[in-house]
Amino acid sequence: MGYVAVKGGTQAIEEAIKRLKYERLHKEQVLETGQIEAGMRGLIDQVMSESSLYNEKLAALAIKQAEGNPEEAVFLLRAYRSTLPRKHCSQIIESEDMKVERRISASFKDIPGGQILGAATDYTHRLLDFNLMNETEKTVKEWLSAYAIENSSIEELMNGPELVLPKVLDYLRKEGLIPPLENNDAEPDDVTRESLEFPSSRSQRLQILTRGETGAVTSLAYAVIRGYGALHPTVGELRVGSLPIYVGHPNEEGSDEDEYYIGNIKATEAEMLMPFMAEKEKGSKELEFEIGYGLCFGQNETKAIAMGILDNCLEHPDNSFPSHNEEFVLLHIDSVESTGFISHLKMPHYVTFQSKLDSVRKTKGKTEEREEVRSI
Amino acid sequence: MNTAYNFAFFDEGSKREIRRATLKAIAIPGYQVPFASREMPIGRGWGTGGLQLTLSLIGKEDVLKVIDQGSDESVNAVSIKKLVSDTTGVQITDHTSRATIIQSRHRIPEVPLNKDQILVLQVPLPEPLRYFEPSEHETKKLHAEKEYSGAWLMLFEQIMKYGSMTTGADHPVMVHDRYVMAPSPIPRFDNSKMNENEALILLGAGREKKIYAVPPFTKIVSLDFEDYPFEGESFDGKCCRLCGSEGVFLDELIDEATGETYYQCNDTSYCCEILNEVEKAGVN
Repeated sequence: MGYVAVKGGTQAIEEAIKRLKYERLHKEQVLETGQIEAGMRGLIDQVMSESSLYNEKLAALAIKQAEGNPEEAVFLLRAYRSTLPRKHCSQIIESEDMKVERRISASFKDIPGGQILGAATDYTHRLLDFNLMNETEKTVKEWLSAYAIENSSIEELMNGPELVLPKVLDYLRKEGLIPPLENNDAEPDDVTRESLEFPSSRSQRLQILTRGETGAVTSLAYAVIRGYGALHPTVGELRVGSLPIYVGHPNEEGSDEDEYYIGNIKATEAEMLMPFMAEKEKGSKELEFEIGYGLCFGQNETKAIAMGILDNCLEHPDNSFPSHNEEFVLLHIDSVESTGFISHLKMPHYVTFQSKLDSVRKTKGKTEEREEVRSI
Repeated sequence: MNTAYNFAFFDEGSKREIRRATLKAIAIPGYQVPFASREMPIGRGWGTGGLQLTLSLIGKEDVLKVIDQGSDESVNAVSIKKLVSDTTGVQITDHTSRATIIQSRHRIPEVPLNKDQILVLQVPLPEPLRYFEPSEHETKKLHAEKEYSGAWLMLFEQIMKYGSMTTGADHPVMVHDRYVMAPSPIPRFDNSKMNENEALILLGAGREKKIYAVPPFTKIVSLDFEDYPFEGESFDGKCCRLCGSEGVFLDELIDEATGETYYQCNDTSYCCEILNEVEKAGVN
């Protein structure tokens, strides 16, 4: 008799879990979470952004446990997030208040405050640096002290009065090139507390985009600017820096002085400019600019820009392009959802398959009968 | 029991929210109630909808049974039981009649359910109209207007093309003459068990963020035509090779040595119970 998996599942699972642990440990090296936090900034930022949980320590732990697999690390943090009550909604954050570390504009060369390149890989040659194979604590310390001397004035600037800069887009608003809009300070809808229904609100869209899987958000935005969409955007302003977060007093409605400062988050903000033909009086048309807005945790510039593109796409629904269809974009870019459903295909489908087999057999019999009838 | 987490994993606020959606679902049989599905420690698509229902319902006195495609020991059933028992410490059973909550993927047990039991079904795709209408916004309207011609047309086209309805599992049903509902991918064989069932049946779709329900003694009719009546999978003349049962859903297996096809109960705990009874009778 053939092997039939009726009993024994429990033990097989225990062994599979052990085997996974073995794979993580068998090279007998302990990867410290502190090392992950210090040296894997890009991955930490991506994982925090996709899991909507800003905590570098927990992100490092998740990355360690997931052996560096971002989809798995995000999954761990999202599941952890489900166990936490949501106690506060922060006060409104103005991104003008960002303590800027990097800030560029691709639209204007000469922006108030200047272009600040900051830390970016954009200007590096992507040549493998074999010296990193032999990096030691000693060489690192030497480099750091030399760097500190060289940049003593910059250090002062960074640690001294906060570098707060005006927004590039305000300049265009003053010129009348972007239509002025009222601030919408209503408390945003939270898709983790109330499920998304269509048509969606803008706060729901922005929330889903910022939680979106980096690769998925980037791919869809790429499709838009390459040909399956109708957009040719320019980076109005891209800034990376830290934003202070305040919460109000939980019980008392008070003045700003009663607010509690709870910490900083590092974020990337992209304000994209899209030329747009606006209809004016008597059918005349005028070229104006519209904005696409992207914001995500940590430094993840590609994602913030891509989010800005998709935000604008979804503001202009157009069923000829899937990227302009909110259900298509918003329901398919979540890492935990997409990887979960794809991976569920590995589960046994014996009953469903048996059921389909029964249908196929029934139709086979009938097709043959019909063919016989035809041949008569 | 893992005390680092709250009883039944969730914070109390989350449980309350899921229960509210569940109550609404029971009040409107077959209607898909949206809820803010939480991310779970198991994969989306691996039974998170069912799991959220179970965790929101379970109390210390409950006895839980989890089956996956008929089997209590299938990898995912084991994993779900382990998670619930780690975070609640409740009793786990294989016996259908002893359980108060039965979470199942794609089967309704062979042992009839009673009024003190809740059957929780895991649902991958809760929208029966999704096959012909991809937009959620549109399908909501179709349900509101009871506009189900698409569902009938789908079956009609199958008959025109293949000579019979070719739905596998998840054959759509009409609930209480009002909502067309995806019964979750239970085999057609199990559809009739839903009709006028004594137990409360709850269906949870975690990834699609919907909860819906078939309250006890609800009329459930599988969609069909007068001249092309609905048919379950047939196992005529076949019986379980282990316990000899007939009239149950059978797995089709192949004997590696002889190459012969043989059949075995899909509901493994039912099969074991019958075998135990036979053995007892033999000893006595």
